[in-house]
Amino acid sequence: MDIVQDKTAETAKSTPAPGTSDPGKRIRVSTRDVSVFYGEKQAMFDVSIDIPDRSVTSFIGPSGCGKSTFLRCINRMNDTIDGCRVSGVVELDGEDINRPDLDVVELRARVGMVFQKPNPFPKTIYQNVAYGPRIHGMTKNKAELDEIVVSSLQRAGLFEEVKDRLDQPGTGLSGGQQQRLCIARAIATRPEVLLMDEPCSALDPIATAIIEELIDELRENFTIVIVTHSMQQAARVSQKTAFFHLGKLIETGDTEQIFTNPKEQKTQDYITGRFG
Amino acid sequence: MNALFIAALLLVLLGLSYQMGWSRSKKLAAAEGESMHSRPVYHGAFVAIWALLPALVVFGLWALFARSASDNYIISQLPPETSSLAQGEVTSAIQRVKSIASGFGVVGQADPVEAKAAEAYNQFRTLITLGVLAAAAGMGLLGLLWARSRIAKRFRARNEVELAIRIGLIACSAIAILTTLGIALSLIADALQFFSFVQPLDFFFGTSWNPRFQSTGSDAVGEYGLLPLLWGTIMVSGIAMLVAIPVGLMSAIYLSQYADYRVRNVVKPIIEVLAGIPTIVYGFFALVTVGPFLSSAGDLIGIDIRATSALTAGVVMGIMIIPFISSLSEDILHQVPNAMRDGSLGLGATKSETIVNVLVPAALPGIVGAVLLATSRAIGETMIVVLAAGNSPVLRLNPAEPVSTVTVTIVNQLTGDADFTSPQSLVAFALGLTLFAMTLLLNVVALYIVRRFREQYE
Amino acid sequence: MSDITASGEALPSGKNVRELVHQSLGRRHRQETIFKSMGLVAILVALGFVAILFSIMLTKGLPAFWQANLHTQVYFDPDIIKGGPRPVQEAGQSDADYRQQDLAWQRQVTLSNWNAIVEQTVRDVAPDTDAEKRDILAIITSSARFKLRDMYVEDPSLLGQTVPVTLLASADADNWVKGKLARDLPDERQQLSRSSRDLADQLLADGDITFDFATHIFTNVDSRSAPASAGLAGAFMGSLYMMMVVIVLAVPIGVASAVYLEEFAPKNRWTDLIEVNINNLAAVPSIVFGLLGAAVFINYFGLPRSAPLVGGLVLTLMTLPTIIIATRSSLRAVPPSLRQAALGLGASRNQTVFHHVLPLTFPGILTATIIGVAQALGETAPLLLIGMNAFIANIPASPLDSATALPVQIYLWQANENRHFFEARTSAAIIVLLGLMIVLNAIAIVLRTRLEKRR
Repeated sequence: MDIVQDKTAETAKSTPAPGTSDPGKRIRVSTRDVSVFYGEKQAMFDVSIDIPDRSVTSFIGPSGCGKSTFLRCINRMNDTIDGCRVSGVVELDGEDINRPDLDVVELRARVGMVFQKPNPFPKTIYQNVAYGPRIHGMTKNKAELDEIVVSSLQRAGLFEEVKDRLDQPGTGLSGGQQQRLCIARAIATRPEVLLMDEPCSALDPIATAIIEELIDELRENFTIVIVTHSMQQAARVSQKTAFFHLGKLIETGDTEQIFTNPKEQKTQDYITGRFG
Repeated sequence: MNALFIAALLLVLLGLSYQMGWSRSKKLAAAEGESMHSRPVYHGAFVAIWALLPALVVFGLWALFARSASDNYIISQLPPETSSLAQGEVTSAIQRVKSIASGFGVVGQADPVEAKAAEAYNQFRTLITLGVLAAAAGMGLLGLLWARSRIAKRFRARNEVELAIRIGLIACSAIAILTTLGIALSLIADALQFFSFVQPLDFFFGTSWNPRFQSTGSDAVGEYGLLPLLWGTIMVSGIAMLVAIPVGLMSAIYLSQYADYRVRNVVKPIIEVLAGIPTIVYGFFALVTVGPFLSSAGDLIGIDIRATSALTAGVVMGIMIIPFISSLSEDILHQVPNAMRDGSLGLGATKSETIVNVLVPAALPGIVGAVLLATSRAIGETMIVVLAAGNSPVLRLNPAEPVSTVTVTIVNQLTGDADFTSPQSLVAFALGLTLFAMTLLLNVVALYIVRRFREQYE
Repeated sequence: MSDITASGEALPSGKNVRELVHQSLGRRHRQETIFKSMGLVAILVALGFVAILFSIMLTKGLPAFWQANLHTQVYFDPDIIKGGPRPVQEAGQSDADYRQQDLAWQRQVTLSNWNAIVEQTVRDVAPDTDAEKRDILAIITSSARFKLRDMYVEDPSLLGQTVPVTLLASADADNWVKGKLARDLPDERQQLSRSSRDLADQLLADGDITFDFATHIFTNVDSRSAPASAGLAGAFMGSLYMMMVVIVLAVPIGVASAVYLEEFAPKNRWTDLIEVNINNLAAVPSIVFGLLGAAVFINYFGLPRSAPLVGGLVLTLMTLPTIIIATRSSLRAVPPSLRQAALGLGASRNQTVFHHVLPLTFPGILTATIIGVAQALGETAPLLLIGMNAFIANIPASPLDSATALPVQIYLWQANENRHFFEARTSAAIIVLLGLMIVLNAIAIVLRTRLEKRR
């Protein structure tokens, strides 16, 4: 991946993005003029957005609008795609994450991710959750690891359901349980930011409701960014909302404002169901 | 009779019958004024099939029996004492008559009896040829007329023709089954015959291999212990897998997870070249290059390695199997969903941690299947071990010493003049049966595992 | 674990976690580098094997294509050549009688002392040699006398004439002048006597012996008595006949069974069994097919041993699974929508398959055929069991004549006692075999890209 740094970190910090004027929260993630290219094709156009600490920010927009692609810029998962190139500045706590000397392994330990389809590893439930802490060398002994596994499962609201079968394969759980296992797995590394890429799209309404509740609880400890195709979900779980269309960020602001009083005609059209 | 002539006759029959079916169908369609069930082509083909089949059957029977019939006829023409002569003399007497009959003549003056027999044989041949031709033509014509008479407006010629094609297709796919049956039955039959000489227990659990050849006396049956050969096979294929698994698996991992697609497009075909090289070439390579190399390398570090040994054969066989393992494992690694890889990378795992902890465990059943298939190939491999293993059927633990394997021994016992009656050549079938059973087991288990694995991620 | 209630109290704090992760980075990146370089090493090892194998075959085999030849004038001496004029068929003489008379004349001709002519020929170019007859004959291949005899039988008017002739040097002389034998070995360990060696060196220095491209490798058959003139023609024809049998039988049968299994067969236990069976057959060791050939084709049906027809049948059975599997996968690649479109227009299943589906798979079938043929071309083990390793001194005229095959010829040559000469000769045969395979595969690639472009 080639990184084109057309703006320095200094200038990025000095110009706050429009529509993110909440003084109560610290800005955790901030992007300036991020563009993404797949080979010759440009998929994202100059996206600048600030994501506040300890709150839920949702990305909405019609499918193919680039919201998932943009999400993957925040923990550099686009690195894994052949021919994908990102330009612009993405900052985590004021630090440019596309810096050549930045360790992507360390970055991803700080910015966790939950994927669209539940993807537990073909290991036991315990091993799934313990995977992150183990590879990162976060614990010194088995007892500490046990603690992390249990507390992560508890926070993901899964512990009670699986406490008797921690040594069973994670793939044996139901879809909703698998997704909560993946959330537990992600939070076990104690990330600062948690990215969720349509985490409920493969789940039934009941499992969805449980996850949404969980997201609401996790907000207290994590900065959460969630991509969703469901406007209701965005309205229910997020405090801030960004609307994407055709690779461009159309509008961003408090969720309430976006859904009740959007500034842009396109946003209006989308949330009232004229397209998408 | 000339094969060309028969072919021409059959072609004429084909054209004629097709044309008759076709034109009758056309005529009927015109007369009835409405459309037939099938198009004229199908009526033509239908008639042609029914005309050709009986003719072909007649020719086929004739081809099977012509030789023995004419030989018997010639013997009946010669003086009665001829038939009591030795086999070879009868054959040469028949051959003389045939040469006289063909007009080529024999050396010296032909015996009047022979001349008479030749003349009679010529008449007989003309008669038979005419008879066969007439029978074939007659049968063909009968079939043709019968088929033609069935052509009618409602007649489903297309369905009949398609049924015939379907039967042909089924017959073709049955050949695969017949092959397996043929292998199993012929191996079992000849192996049973072998076990009438040697006790199965002595064969399967014997630790000594020493089949004396028949020239040393007909009562000398020899010792036929399978174990030295089996051990050689296991040792050579074990060494081969020790070479092939790490190299093949790591190549597959590097190519599928690290390499740029441009590198992959160049490297993959080159490695696959190794799979296309005939095994005799590997054998020669082992004999003239790898063996001497290993031997002198052993001298350097003070180990006695023989140029032809289990080690030489095993190393070269391992090279042969590398592409087999690497391309199968690469396929299998590609089958593991990307979500699995992303999940691990998203947690901050490095590529190697992802591969070792997630991808390989997920692909493990498939990789095991691939390894089993490769093992089956290794134990059935012949030419490399024939050339490079040293052919010494003794139970030895040291891989630097010569060994012999099941396949080598099959070649040794059945090359030359196999007579299919002595235990010395029949033992090849008992060995073949053992080999077939082992590879069958490995293949079926491997195919089952790989299939289950594929279904899991589909 | 019991006193854990909620939240991250028991966990290391955020700052600590980052510290720990940071500490582990060095070690993990080292492991990553090690792992990645292991992969790279594996690739290099595999590529290295390819490179070594090819370079060894080329360095060993290419020199064998140039062999030492002696260019001289041969005098067909009427005092030495016996047999008189060639007989002519008289009126009323039977073919058999004439053939016998002619053969008797040829036998007389053969019994002439051709070696004396060869000796004289060499003495003419090297008049001052001290070599004796034996030493002189040792440097010329022993088939030279047959070459001269054949020239004479072909054209009896050569009697008493002097014509330019190129005689092949013997295998030992070839080795010597190519410098493949150590020159400082004592006489008793040399293949050639001292005077033979000196004579060969002198002829080379005088330019009478030159290295010419050995076309006879392609035009001659195998030879035991005159290894220098041994060629691949017989083996090549044997392989060609077998490949013809394979193409004529395996392709139609293979395609037909693939079509049946993929397009017509109901999916039930029976077809499952056929499927497993075919996959298994593809992995049955080739030598087992050889046993099948020996037991069924030769012992049961009484077909002749060593015949390319039998070899072809065995290889056909071996190649069938390859062709079936490849054809099936290309049939599977044809989109179902095409079948539905044809069926929707009222075409029958047969018409759909034969008019619409099968033509699309033609490139796939072609590739499968060539891969199968290439595989069959290189197969050795089963042919040994059906007697194709017999020494055959003429080119087979039909698939029922005794013959050998290219890979079997390699097997026979590598076992020859004259190591120095036959190591090169075997490598040359391997180059020919590998060359054929590369050509076959290249044809497959070219044809496939052409055919696929046309659509």
